[in-house]
Amino acid sequence: MRDRVQDVDELARHLATMLRIRFFEEEIRRLRAEGAVVGSVHLCNGQEAIYVGTCAALDLPTDVVFPTYRGHGWAIACGASLDAMFGELLGRTSGLNGGRGGSAYLSDPEHGMYGENSIVGAGAPIATGAALASTFDGSGRVAVAAFGDGAVNQGSVHEAMNFASIRRLPVLFVIENNRYSELTPTAAMVTSDRLFKRSSAYGIPGVRIDGNDVAIVRDTVAEAARRARAGDGPVVIEAMTERIVGHYIGDVESYREPGELDRALEQEPIVRLSRVLESAGMTGDELDALRDKVRAEVADASARALEAPLADPSTVMEHLYA
Amino acid sequence: MPEETRKLTYAQAANEALRRALAEIPETLLFGEDIAIPGGVFGVTKGLQKSFGDRVFDTPISESAILGGAIGAALVGRRPIVEIMWVDFSLVALDQIVNQAANVRYVSQGKLTAPITIRTQQGAGPGSCAQHSQSLETFFAHVPGLQACMPATAQDAYDLLTAAIHSDDPTIVIENRNLYHGEKAEVRLGAAPGPVGGAAVRRPGDDVTLVTWGAMLHRALEAADELAAQGVSVEVLDMRWLRPLDTDAVKRSVAKTGRLVVAHEAHRFMGVGAEVVTSVVESGVPLVAPPVRVGAPDVRIPAAPTLQAAVIPSASVIVDAVRRTVQPVATLVQQGV
Repeated sequence: MRDRVQDVDELARHLATMLRIRFFEEEIRRLRAEGAVVGSVHLCNGQEAIYVGTCAALDLPTDVVFPTYRGHGWAIACGASLDAMFGELLGRTSGLNGGRGGSAYLSDPEHGMYGENSIVGAGAPIATGAALASTFDGSGRVAVAAFGDGAVNQGSVHEAMNFASIRRLPVLFVIENNRYSELTPTAAMVTSDRLFKRSSAYGIPGVRIDGNDVAIVRDTVAEAARRARAGDGPVVIEAMTERIVGHYIGDVESYREPGELDRALEQEPIVRLSRVLESAGMTGDELDALRDKVRAEVADASARALEAPLADPSTVMEHLYA
Repeated sequence: MPEETRKLTYAQAANEALRRALAEIPETLLFGEDIAIPGGVFGVTKGLQKSFGDRVFDTPISESAILGGAIGAALVGRRPIVEIMWVDFSLVALDQIVNQAANVRYVSQGKLTAPITIRTQQGAGPGSCAQHSQSLETFFAHVPGLQACMPATAQDAYDLLTAAIHSDDPTIVIENRNLYHGEKAEVRLGAAPGPVGGAAVRRPGDDVTLVTWGAMLHRALEAADELAAQGVSVEVLDMRWLRPLDTDAVKRSVAKTGRLVVAHEAHRFMGVGAEVVTSVVESGVPLVAPPVRVGAPDVRIPAAPTLQAAVIPSASVIVDAVRRTVQPVATLVQQGV
């Protein structure tokens, strides 16, 4: 059994990372309203435990993750610099990709974050390819293909699962099930909404977990990664969560049932983990101090990013070919 | 690898290029549908699985998994070579080529790269159905971030594939199955890999520049023979690479001849031929006759040989096109060209 004190310390660190993601997203919402951030932005509020729990169980950047356009949280959980994240969304030279990726297609391979993807399901075969490389290069790399519940209806995901299964590749398919395929309830788009069961057709173990519990996510991914590294092949993990914001900034969310969001706010992962830490002995003041510290860190990063020069048009033709 | 010259078919030359890459570059992998144990439906990958074991393997019929798998493996250091059995099948997974592979280097500012080689083949053949006979090079040539070539000779089947594999960017090598098992030719093996890009003059001439690529080269050379007998000297330029497109070579030739015909098997409308003509017109290299494009008309590709022959440009269609450029301009105006 884990040492309780160590566990509390670790969970407090995870709370800090989840807060870093949450405050980043809230700051992005503010910058978007001001017009400093432009274009389509997909916030990940409410889904942070999946990113933080998964990354806590991985050996980044040897292990690699391939998330979706709802990927700011993945990048921060992987360890991307907040300055570079803000810079990327603000279109600055200081951005992770110098402003070329933007909100929905950024990458940070130095931290094992191999890129958001704005094509639903497209990252699954690519992650599978990274896992294919592991079977030749002796790296021990595990690849994570993260995608939403809507992506389980894309052919590329199924091609990837079958390919990974026949070659027993070390890839984990993490379904972030927030119950909405963009603006449409996923339950209306599938006959069985137990999405992890899709794995059984491919001979892959599948599991559904509470994706709002960071420790459960961490432990599930750790076990799946151990198994994958040992050569036992892929695993499908369906992490149940709730997106407590719109699909994109500006989504009026007319598809929500009355009271649905209030219930979700009771169960969202930051509220949940704060409760756990309080019952483990962290005081309200300590939690407030942690929040204030992370909030200040995010605000400072945003301010610095706004000072950075805008992406330089004279560089626009660079890096197309080697 | 020591240099040597051997008599090989086009398919055997491609096989030698793959063999050499697998032997010399430990990061290479070779995979696709039916390519390992069966050796490929056209026999191009024959014997490679036996020589290189697990690095050569068969895949499910899953073009997205093949291409996405290649990209993912490339992102972390492998150098995959994949086969898409017919170019028509690439459309099933164009997302992976265009939205994924072509973007990787640019958007990541070079932190990520996707050095993959996609081998495929295209073109009409007797009886080939409309989903197995298209010429789609324009699709790939249109996309910044990709490279595309169309080898027309056994030597180029070896050289262009070798250059593609050594390139650090995603490259599609579009072969032509009608060329696979033709006459053997002397092929020089083992030379240092050549650059990506560069056209080749296949027949020097003075009166008309005839630009072509892929299997159409052979019809162009046939046409040039016939025209020579009629007293018209045609310079046949094989573009070899469509991206990058060696427009300088076209301009050099047209500067000499003043006349330009472009012939390809792909549809004429919005085809690469339009780009070739435009590059000359925009450059200001003077033309003494309106340029002419030869390509498939705006219709689907039918299977029956008599119908196919009415669509796929032949040597005699090319002869007619070249003759139009050597008629006095006044005659052309009268004809409403």
